[in-house]
Order: sequence, then C-alpha cells, then structure tokens
Amino acid sequence: MIRLIPTWIVVLVLLSGCAHNTQQTLFDKLGGHDGLTNIVNELIKEIGKDKQIFHYFRDARVSRFREHLIDHFCAITDGPCQYTGDNMTDIHTGMKITEKDFNRLVDLLVNAMEQENIPHPVQNELLAILAPLRRYIIYI
Amino acid sequence: MNRKIHNFCLCILILFSSQLYAADGKLISTPGVTQVEGSAGGGLVPWAQLAGYASRDEYAANVFCSQGKVDDFRLRSCGAQLNLFDRVELSLAQQWFQVDVLDTEIKQRIFGVKARLYGDLVYSQWPMLSLGMQYKDLQDTAVSKSLNADDTSGADWYLAASKLHLGAIAGYNWFWNITARYTDANELGLLGFGGPGENKSLQWEASTAIFFSREWAVGVEYRQKPDNLDLNEDDWADVFVAWNPNKSVSVTAAWLDLGSIAGSSDQDGLYISFTGYF
Repeated sequence: MIRLIPTWIVVLVLLSGCAHNTQQTLFDKLGGHDGLTNIVNELIKEIGKDKQIFHYFRDARVSRFREHLIDHFCAITDGPCQYTGDNMTDIHTGMKITEKDFNRLVDLLVNAMEQENIPHPVQNELLAILAPLRRYIIYI
Repeated sequence: MNRKIHNFCLCILILFSSQLYAADGKLISTPGVTQVEGSAGGGLVPWAQLAGYASRDEYAANVFCSQGKVDDFRLRSCGAQLNLFDRVELSLAQQWFQVDVLDTEIKQRIFGVKARLYGDLVYSQWPMLSLGMQYKDLQDTAVSKSLNADDTSGADWYLAASKLHLGAIAGYNWFWNITARYTDANELGLLGFGGPGENKSLQWEASTAIFFSREWAVGVEYRQKPDNLDLNEDDWADVFVAWNPNKSVSVTAAWLDLGSIAGSSDQDGLYISFTGYF
C-alpha cells in the first residue's frame, strides 16, 4: 500500500492544478443564455422521445416549460436571471415522481449536455447544484 | 469441475449481459462493482451501496465472476446477488483458492446480507450507511485445522459508509467509502476462523476513486486484516480501474498487493472481475 500512495497523490495534485484556471461563472461555462437554451431544447427533444417519463410532461405547455427551465438553470448557475416560476415542491406535488424516473431525467439531461459538447467537469458542476433539489421533487 | 462452474458462470454472464429485463433506476456506475466475498463493493472492500441498478421501486439480480492471481496463489470467486427495492442485498459466492505450494484447492461458500440504513450515494446530505453480514463456510477444512484455526465457519459483520461527491475534484466526481468489519476470518476465512487465544476484532477498510467519465473510474482500496494464526498476515491493498459501459455489465481490473499469505511474502498480481446486471 505504501508504494501506492505517492501515485495517488500525484494524480490528485495534477487534477487540482486544473481547478484554478478561471473566474467564470457556471452560467458562462455552459455557454451563457444561448448555451442554456440549446441544452434545454435538446433536453425537451430527449423527453419527447422518452417512453418512460414523457407522461409527466404530457400536459405541460412546452414554451412555458422551456422558458422557466432556462431561467431556473440561469439563476442557479450565477447567471443574470431571476427565476420567477413556482418552487420545486409546488411544481411537482401530485406527480408522484419515482427515484427511477428522476434518475431517468438526469440521464436525459446528461445526454443533452453531451449533445451540446459540455465538458464532463462542467456537467458535474450543474448536476451538483441540482442534486440537492431532489428531495423537493420525488414521491410527492 | 470447479473450472466448469467458473466457466459456466462466465458464459451466463456474457450471454445475458445483453439482457431481457433489467432494473435501471440508479445512475450509471453508482452501484459499484463486486468484491471477492460477493457483496457490492470494490474488489476487496464491501461498500454501502447495494448491488445492482434497482431503485426503491425495483428489484435486481446480478451475477459475477472474478479472479485474483498473485505469485503463489489464485482466488476465483463466482456468485449472484439479489437487490430488493434498494433496501436489502442478498448474495451468494463460491470461492476457489488455489495454493500452489500445497498443490491444493480450498473452497469456501459465503452467504451475504446487507441492509441500507440511511441515505443515497449521490443525493443524501450525509453519506449512505449500510450494515452487512457475511457468513462463511469452509468446504475444505484440512489446511485451517493444520494451522490451528478455531473454526471452519464464521460470520463477519460490517458497517459501511459511502458517498459520491459530484464535481468535487476539479469537476470530477469523487467517491469514498469506509468500512468497519468485526471479524475473526483468516485470509477471508480461507485459512479458517480465529486462532489460539484470538477472538473477533475490529478491522478497518477504505476505498476512494475518481470518475474520469460516467463510465470510467480509477481508485485505490485498503483492507486491514487480523493475524490470528501468527503467520504475519498482511493488510491488503489494490489499485483498480472500473468500467461501466452501460447498466448491464461492469468490468474491473486491479493490481493487488496482498503482502504475505501463509508465510509466502510479497504476493502481488492481477485481478479481474465481471458483473452482469439484470
């Protein structure tokens, strides 16, 4: 084990070197307003094709959903937006979203970000902000 | 015969990895892989996650086979796991331990159960916590008796805490696990349980990994072990690469550093493991 530790430290140090190269907000890294719009459009396309979770969105107005989701992503990524939609609990109450279906949406969001060539670490930054919201969304 | 069983498990695994039905309610890679005693974990250490992709509303079944080959020994292990609603994991493993110097093979069966006590690997604020038990039964007892082990069967109890931190290290997902195990197993139980004047003791195990993508992780593990037989039994360590190309199969390769085993020192070697998820 002792001889493994130095290797591991080298890996960590190399990685942490990558961390200090920017003052950009996450909003900027996601491509600003245009970037978010593309991601959300791609996500809506993914949802439209998805048999597992499309039914949650069947009665939603797409234009309103798009606008609010872009605003929400913009606000939580330190972009110049104010989210004016309903809170997470109000939106999802009565939908009884399961853990499995929530993770399906995460998969689709990852696909959408992949389509838009968002780098893996930037994807993770957005997911890290969204993950704590799950408790206001599932099984209610 | 043993080789046949091993190959049979491998075949099933490969055949069905492009499966009929599969639970897929967890995020990719988050169940971990399978450790040598059959529990969900890394290669050596059981983790808090329950095996397979079952979410709270699903069940999942998995099969696995692994082989670790060091200088003078080879351990093969095959088995299956059942995940019930991501609350309980049941596992069965068959181990074949080949001892080159004695030209013999020691077989052991392990039944495992693990219950998730709290949390979720990704979403909960605090680390996920699970309590597990591995009941081990030696089928070839001659070697353990000759080494003066107390028993030829025994139960390990463990408490495991795990967490995946999204984007924690330069934007990459960081995983860690700590396991406390209460055990008297000598070399996993393959050399029996307990020893002259020795009882169960608390042993610590830990793992950590970085995910370079959703599919690829690189990590290290450490497993403390007792020395009940005064054979200078060493702690174990490994460096591993795990690949989860999809939610149906995982492949893990590792370099093992197992130290001294039954008097043979510097036991290093390669480990490979496959798990198929249904």
